[in-house]
Amino acid sequence: MSQVNRLPGGGRIDRSQPLTFTFNGQTYQGYAGDTLAAALLANGVDVVGRSFKYSRPRGIVAAGAEEPNAVLQLGSCEAAQVPNVRATQQALFNGLVARSTNGWPSVDTDLMALVGKVGGKLMPPGFYYKTFMYPQSLWLTYEKYIRKAAGLGRAPTERDPDIYDHVNRHCDVLVVGAGPAGLAAALAAARSGARVILADEQEEFGGSLLDTRETLDGQPAAEWVAKALAELEKMPEVTLLPRATVNGYHDHNFLTIHQRLTDHLGEVAPLGANGVRQARQRIHRVRAKRVVLATGAHERPLVYANNDVPGNMLAGAVSTYLRRYAVAPGRRLVLSTNNDYAYRVVLDWLDAGLEVAAVADARSNPQGDWVNEARRRGVRILTGSAVVECLGSKRVSGARICAIDAQAGKVVGTGERIDCDLIASSGGYSPVVHLASHLGGRPQWREDILAFVPGPGNGVQLRIDAGAVNGVFSLGEVLTDGYRAGAQAAEEAGFKAVDGSLPKAEARREEATVALFLVPHDKPTSRAPKQFVDLQNDVTAAGIELAVREGFESVEHVKRYTALGFGTDQGKLGNINGLAIAARALGISIPQMGTTMFRPNYTPVTFGAVTGRHCGHLFEPKRYTALHRWHLENGAEFEDVGQWKRPWYFPKPGEDMHAAVARECLAVRNAVGILDASTLGKIDIQGPDAREFLNRVYTNAWTKLDVGKARYGLMCKEDGMVFDDGVTACLGDNHFLMTTTTGGAARVLEWLELYHQTEWPELKVYFTSVTDHWATMTLSGPNSRKLLAEVTDIDLSNEAFPFMSWKEGQVGGVPARVFRISFTGELSYEINVQADYAMGVWEQLIEAGQRYGLTPYGTETMHVLRAEKGFIIVGQDTDGSVTPDDLNMGWCVGRNKPFSWIGRRGMNRADCLREDRKQLVGLKPVNPNQVLPEGAQLVFDPRQSIPMQMVGHVTSSYRSAALGCSIALALVKGGLKRMGERVFAPLADGSVIEAEICSSVFYDPKGERQNV
Amino acid sequence: MLHIFCPHCGEQRSEEEFHAKGQAHIARPLDPDACTDEEWGEYMFFRDNPRGLHHELWVHSAGCRKYFNVTRHTVTYEILETYKIGERPGVSEKKAVEQGVPA
Repeated sequence: MSQVNRLPGGGRIDRSQPLTFTFNGQTYQGYAGDTLAAALLANGVDVVGRSFKYSRPRGIVAAGAEEPNAVLQLGSCEAAQVPNVRATQQALFNGLVARSTNGWPSVDTDLMALVGKVGGKLMPPGFYYKTFMYPQSLWLTYEKYIRKAAGLGRAPTERDPDIYDHVNRHCDVLVVGAGPAGLAAALAAARSGARVILADEQEEFGGSLLDTRETLDGQPAAEWVAKALAELEKMPEVTLLPRATVNGYHDHNFLTIHQRLTDHLGEVAPLGANGVRQARQRIHRVRAKRVVLATGAHERPLVYANNDVPGNMLAGAVSTYLRRYAVAPGRRLVLSTNNDYAYRVVLDWLDAGLEVAAVADARSNPQGDWVNEARRRGVRILTGSAVVECLGSKRVSGARICAIDAQAGKVVGTGERIDCDLIASSGGYSPVVHLASHLGGRPQWREDILAFVPGPGNGVQLRIDAGAVNGVFSLGEVLTDGYRAGAQAAEEAGFKAVDGSLPKAEARREEATVALFLVPHDKPTSRAPKQFVDLQNDVTAAGIELAVREGFESVEHVKRYTALGFGTDQGKLGNINGLAIAARALGISIPQMGTTMFRPNYTPVTFGAVTGRHCGHLFEPKRYTALHRWHLENGAEFEDVGQWKRPWYFPKPGEDMHAAVARECLAVRNAVGILDASTLGKIDIQGPDAREFLNRVYTNAWTKLDVGKARYGLMCKEDGMVFDDGVTACLGDNHFLMTTTTGGAARVLEWLELYHQTEWPELKVYFTSVTDHWATMTLSGPNSRKLLAEVTDIDLSNEAFPFMSWKEGQVGGVPARVFRISFTGELSYEINVQADYAMGVWEQLIEAGQRYGLTPYGTETMHVLRAEKGFIIVGQDTDGSVTPDDLNMGWCVGRNKPFSWIGRRGMNRADCLREDRKQLVGLKPVNPNQVLPEGAQLVFDPRQSIPMQMVGHVTSSYRSAALGCSIALALVKGGLKRMGERVFAPLADGSVIEAEICSSVFYDPKGERQNV
Repeated sequence: MLHIFCPHCGEQRSEEEFHAKGQAHIARPLDPDACTDEEWGEYMFFRDNPRGLHHELWVHSAGCRKYFNVTRHTVTYEILETYKIGERPGVSEKKAVEQGVPA
């Protein structure tokens, strides 16, 4: 198909590079330099989507981030799907595939449009709330169809082939926007020597200068842009970020920039010179000493009847398409305006050799320079008038222009119908205040320019506004304002500003804008054809007036009731018109009405960019023990414990987990097993007050622990609830080694430091994490002594090396600390060696262990063995609401210690002393083959009606190979006094498991096996 | 993201390196066992939630591991000062000064 709307010459496109793309299955051509929107318009595509609620045909309205309609789905294959792409911001590339996101069976003939035509009046704001409220149970059904009917794209179901990344940056001055103000600011700041970042969301730097008819130094403005960029590019401290949207202005002058690195090249990023796929998008995380906000302004459309028919566009956007992309989105133009600047579209249109049917100017006697130039060139200008209604359905066919009384909001006279195929409208210019309000700054209304400008930064945002966002509109003044802002920013960042030259803009007489938002219609708003305020959400002027009549008076409430400003465009076009209409309906002024707040992000950001490299194997750091390679080579299955990868079990060929764990358990009970326990947290504690410190943070006493001995300790929080446990050994009078749970290591260290630094700084004690420095290998089982004796010089006899003591010596030829402690109830040695010796020692143990039936075991076997002994795992058998007494571990509480240690007062609160608290007990299912599910809720009477009275839950549950039955640990109300009683676990499938309450120590209750 | 001056490192560092640890200047009672349940509950669980200046305890967890105090505005998130444990805040709401903020 030919590019019917492409002008024969001009534009910033490269006609030597034609590009092919498809839209809704149809193939078209455009040129390098086009946006997708420009290429669609060039090909005469009128309808790009159907509206959200009424399914009305919609066309392209704008040329930038504010576009509400051309929100498309991109991607030629499933993995490359990208929803919510604004065609006005997507550069055209060869092979681009785009689709409309709604419309069935197609956007051109949409059956749902019947709803819009017939049922339009039946779908006021709050329609969904009001209609689908009852019956509530059907909401899920309704919702499915409502969502299908609406729809703004869909996420891909296949993995994204691209990579994305994040980079941290620091600068003196971040300039947001590279239009005239931003370029001037960047020049001023850079010339002072400051480190400058200049970011702009468009494909090219220059902003309005790329399509303006104004000149600088008598030359096309774009030539000055090239000169300015050439100067900036040469400066080493300047970073230029094109295709980079500053999306968020966060605390302490931290800004996030979303840069699209390769989106203009293809739907998947190309390979770089090194053969590696390039990053597709990048988030820059910038800490800026000062920010120059030069975000410009968005033109506001006027609100008139049927203003959503394709062919209704912003005046400035028409100029942009004409001058920058050489596209004429029509043949016969009508302009409706309330200001002078919009007349540029008329002059540009005439320059392109096209016909201007008429201009409707709401002002009574406009005499600005461009107005008069249009008059001189024979344009018919109807003053005191406006387009009150657009004619046509899928494309503009005419405009009805009436004389209006803007003040009174009335149409005066019958008006006339003028044939045209394009209506450009301009209702003034709204500064892009979004970033300025991200931290709560309230925009301020300026009656002289009929617009909100950013509120003061108040020290919260170290920000200087420049150009149109600052309410400065004429080109010469914008440049001066930008230079001033850049120089001020540099000075405030500690640099000496230098004077520099700026190009001269032509002087131009411009007259004031008259306030006009909703154009009156002959009929009252509620009866007139739809006058759209927010095109993306189908919010009409009548809808806003209805919301006000129904009692929604706050702008925030009107917004939420009508969905004004809710879409992916966040009301960039409609917000000001909407609140002006609400204010008028309430009889108050716009500043009294106030404005809604903007939050990050300014434009939608892809999940890929948000995620960056934090996905796949880089999602979270992984920690490996020094023995990891051996585990891999010996077929271990792994379990995540915190960030650690721990061997879970070591299946032999043909074994499932159950069989492997049973074999490992029996090996430990009957011969010897070996466990990699390196992940246990280890904290080296030194200092003359180390012992006193332990007395204060552990529940039990440490005063009498001799050098060479080790002791189990419980740690509580101030509320008396258990939060960690472990064995601590006395290495010397002033030297202890504390072990913590694997997952609790960092938390415990921070806890110790908290008390030392804030409560007891007078204690002389130091804490050092040595978790990674030592590898720990646990030998456990009746053969462990014989095995260890083969590789150590330590005397292992029970007399020389009793239970709960430790020795230093050689193991496997390297220095080692051996702790005789046991988490299995068997004779057990924990061998600690410097981590880089671990593999050698482990392999010697494995070799020597062949004679003793040595079996490597993992965390699952460890859990079963410890549960057989009733040893708790903090965080599994406890949950932050369990005291030592609840665990039946009163033996581990030093009630007579002189210092009121952490947890003592807490566990003496009245509630902690109740006798019917949930207490840790053992459970034996009556059917020994049934394993209780962990987490199962328990009741005393399974026949009671639902909801049953729950009396506790199962915390640990396993099949015990050594005992030949299943066992469980559980917290049960008053459980310690209910030995022998029955509890029941009613399960989700309706079955009930019955169990007997018993001691939590199932195996070797006298603890003889560990003492041999 | 906050930019926090660690008084131990002497540098502005990013919030990611720190953990917030709640209200500052909550002293552990010297004799906990002499506290009533109500007094102990007050110490354990009750904290201010001011709209305005707030003295907070932070730790430079991914840095020097030292605790320190921050005077932060809870509306604007401005940090007016950071100071070491044991020091008194230099900036306070008038009301807080009158009530006497414990060091």
